Amino acid sequence: MKTDDLIRGLAADNATRSSIERWLFAALAVGLVLSAILFAAILGLRADIAAVAGEFHFLFKFVVTLTLAVTATLLVLRLARPGAEAKLRAIALLAAPLMLGAALIAEFTTLAPAMRMTKLVGSSWATCLASIPLLSAPILVAALIALHHGAPTRPALAGAIAGLLAGGLGAAIYALYCLEDSPFFLATWYTLAISIVVAAGSLAGARLLRW
Amino acid sequence: MQDREAKWAGLMRAAIGGDGAAYERLLKAMAPVLRSIARRGLIRAGRSEAEAEDVVQETLLAIHLKRHTWDADRPVGPWVHAIARNKLIDHLRRRGNRADIPIEGFEEVLSADEDAPPVEARDVEPYLNGLPARQRDVVRCIIWEEISIRETADRLKITEGAVRVALHRGLTAIAACYRRDST
Repeated sequence: MKTDDLIRGLAADNATRSSIERWLFAALAVGLVLSAILFAAILGLRADIAAVAGEFHFLFKFVVTLTLAVTATLLVLRLARPGAEAKLRAIALLAAPLMLGAALIAEFTTLAPAMRMTKLVGSSWATCLASIPLLSAPILVAALIALHHGAPTRPALAGAIAGLLAGGLGAAIYALYCLEDSPFFLATWYTLAISIVVAAGSLAGARLLRW
Repeated sequence: MQDREAKWAGLMRAAIGGDGAAYERLLKAMAPVLRSIARRGLIRAGRSEAEAEDVVQETLLAIHLKRHTWDADRPVGPWVHAIARNKLIDHLRRRGNRADIPIEGFEEVLSADEDAPPVEARDVEPYLNGLPARQRDVVRCIIWEEISIRETADRLKITEGAVRVALHRGLTAIAACYRRDST
């Protein structure tokens, strides 16, 4: 095939595609709905939600997980475009861990030493480790489908950041059920659960996001 | 160099707006630059320059199929270069080269010599045979027989819309064949 012939063929094909932003937001909407259905079917809202709705530690879980999801979204949109500058957005990813770090220090200084281990271990870590990846799964699949329409030059990394995005949203949904509000619990089990989603995203990305 | 960026960005905008002629001019202007990137990358990796045209065509297909990933507020050059680099690495990897071969930076590419004539690329005929009949017929008509979308529609007795869909799918399939290929 001569290159000029190929070019003529390419120029004749004027199929247009939506931007990666539109793909991602549409996919995330579908993923979130599926995840919400899973949540309603398996877990449901915590019984005391009205009572804790104004409490700092309860709200903080959403601040951290949603910050993580938003910063990961911004980064992954850059990673889906070849040659796009991603450094600043990669640095912005530190926002959620830094907030969590600050909350940990505050909790460490205010909580009685004997209570620290109790709060860290909690009583529902197994549910947490199983539920967050499960709730994140539809969102991760949706994000990977959207990224497939992009052109990530580093597929494993793009997949991992999609995992961070899905894990953040999945964790935010799980937080509506979870009774453990201590930053100790958040830093240990939520982080571990989200890491599982990140690992899954990275493995899937390396295989599925080649183009 | 600024000229090239401005010219390419202008043509790209026109192309996205539906101007097929501008798009063809843009791809023809890109081809020698891509050829230069491919030749120099292949030489550095110790491969034959004869493979360059394969890389050029694979890169053009990728540029085409992923053109919606260009951000109209940003320069075209780095975007094209990132795709070219990616496709070159893919090509080398498939042929067993290490992935970390040094590939020149974007600045070097801008000053690249672009006088090298194209060599004949691989024969994609075997790829075509794996395509569904309609896609194969449409790709043959448009690329090999150089006939227009309308004439192709008349000849195959399908609508122009169907020709366009089949062409797009056929090109996507050819790109996928390149990606899987390891000869």
